Amino acid sequence: MKILAVCQSGLGSSFMVQMNVQQILKDENVDVDANDITVDHSDVGSATADSADYFFVESTLADALGSIPKERIVLLKSLIDKKETAEHVNYVLDNENIAHD
Amino acid sequence: MKSVLNLFVSIATQPAILVALIAMLGLLLQKKKATEVVQGTIKTFAGFLVLIGGAGILSNSLTPFAKMFQFALHVQGVVPSNEAVVAIALVKYGTTTALIMLVGMIVNILLARFTRFKYIFLTGQAMLYVSCLTAVILISAKLGTGWQTIILGGIFEGTLLTVTPALCQPFMRQITGGDEVAMGHTGNIGYATAGLMGKWFGNKKNSTEDIEMPKGLSFLRDSTVSITLLMGIVYIILAIVAGPHFVETKLSAGTNYLVYALVQAGTFAAGFVVVLQGVRMILAEIVPAFQGIATKLVPNSKPALDVPIIFPYAPNAVLIGFFTSFIVGTISMFIMIALKTTVIIPGVVGHFFCGAAAAIYGNATGGRRGAIIGSAVNSLLISWLPLLILPVLGTLKLAASTFADTDYLVPGILLGNLGNLGTVAVVAGILGFLVIVVLISLILNGRDKANSKAEATK
Repeated sequence: MKILAVCQSGLGSSFMVQMNVQQILKDENVDVDANDITVDHSDVGSATADSADYFFVESTLADALGSIPKERIVLLKSLIDKKETAEHVNYVLDNENIAHD
Repeated sequence: MKSVLNLFVSIATQPAILVALIAMLGLLLQKKKATEVVQGTIKTFAGFLVLIGGAGILSNSLTPFAKMFQFALHVQGVVPSNEAVVAIALVKYGTTTALIMLVGMIVNILLARFTRFKYIFLTGQAMLYVSCLTAVILISAKLGTGWQTIILGGIFEGTLLTVTPALCQPFMRQITGGDEVAMGHTGNIGYATAGLMGKWFGNKKNSTEDIEMPKGLSFLRDSTVSITLLMGIVYIILAIVAGPHFVETKLSAGTNYLVYALVQAGTFAAGFVVVLQGVRMILAEIVPAFQGIATKLVPNSKPALDVPIIFPYAPNAVLIGFFTSFIVGTISMFIMIALKTTVIIPGVVGHFFCGAAAAIYGNATGGRRGAIIGSAVNSLLISWLPLLILPVLGTLKLAASTFADTDYLVPGILLGNLGNLGTVAVVAGILGFLVIVVLISLILNGRDKANSKAEATK
């Protein structure tokens, strides 16, 4: 499974979300290697439907991701609220039947 | 012996290898697995080469642009774009930039550890770009590419990126309603100005967020789309003004002038995408290493993060700020054409990020009026200050692109003009800057202590 954090330039804030997601996976004791989970970041322009399974994006950018199915887009109200990101990560893990704490 | 020395010099002067070695050091310090160290080092190495490739694409599309502009309007046209100018500059100043960035990170950690400014600057691309700007200015001021430039440049970059988040923090508390994160972007001087403008001239009660905004404009936030659209319009107008004869005989080798203009605009956007990919690959290993080391060494540190973290707090202000900023930039451009100065063409990326953020700051202190006045004043800064920075950029002033945000422009202009006074002035200026920041910290700490003592005796 691949999670892609997306922001406008794909440099700063998406990278921060990526690092947060990776930290959360670690905190939740998810076996990243066994479940083949990768986390990456990119700009909106490069994000296409086949580049990841889930797209984490700040909510005001939702409409710029027009070509990606809605159910695979995870909208973040706040990019700095780790609790909110953790809720979304847990939802994705449950959806994919991946064990976590 | 000579060939061994040559090998070391070659490694040290090849920025791609040097940056890869810095990344490797970071990975080793974090005690990563051997495979991860190899992977990260190679990706950083290749990333730098991707960036240099992108620089070539950008330069190739900007050269005909500059020629058409010169022919059509008899003045130089410049598009402020941090990505473009940095990519072009890194071809020449890559090694110095990489080393300044490394020293700057250490300076940032030390200042955060020992002064009251607990801000760890985590926006990697901004660190890279400010280091590049510093390298260009110091080398143009004839400080050479040796250790003096690297140490002084690192002190300048590290000190600047520790204090600019501090400028914004009073406003960040109002925007985010907390004190946990700081602004780690390169428009901070403009944002703080916008915040002050809102405070002085605005009315906090009428927030931008009470307005109903149209939703159909968000496709413009895909930078590839907005850059191609805007550059397409600018290129086609230029091609028409320059005329088919000039374009087809001098530039396009017979291809229709409008088609040629459109392709050049698309090429600029393509170069932009390639550069972003390169920057992303370079930073992917360096930033986590820096963050890991910094948070271990600096207790109670606050991360200074990239500008979009504040966008969700005021999405309407984002759009209002972008349009206000872009309109003011366009009006400024027409005034420049009339005045026959170098013409600064409004860059869509700079006006978006900086205009949007300025409006959010203005809105936090002064509502709708604050948002509009704040982003307009910020736009005047980023439209007119490039005229002043061009002369201090040495050979880079002919690149048809320049730095776009206030925190490159204001410090760059000051440092560059010190450079014109001689190397002693630059050295004194940079060391003075560091001393002033440390002194302010000591004075403010002393005042806080006195206040808390006064509280206690009451």
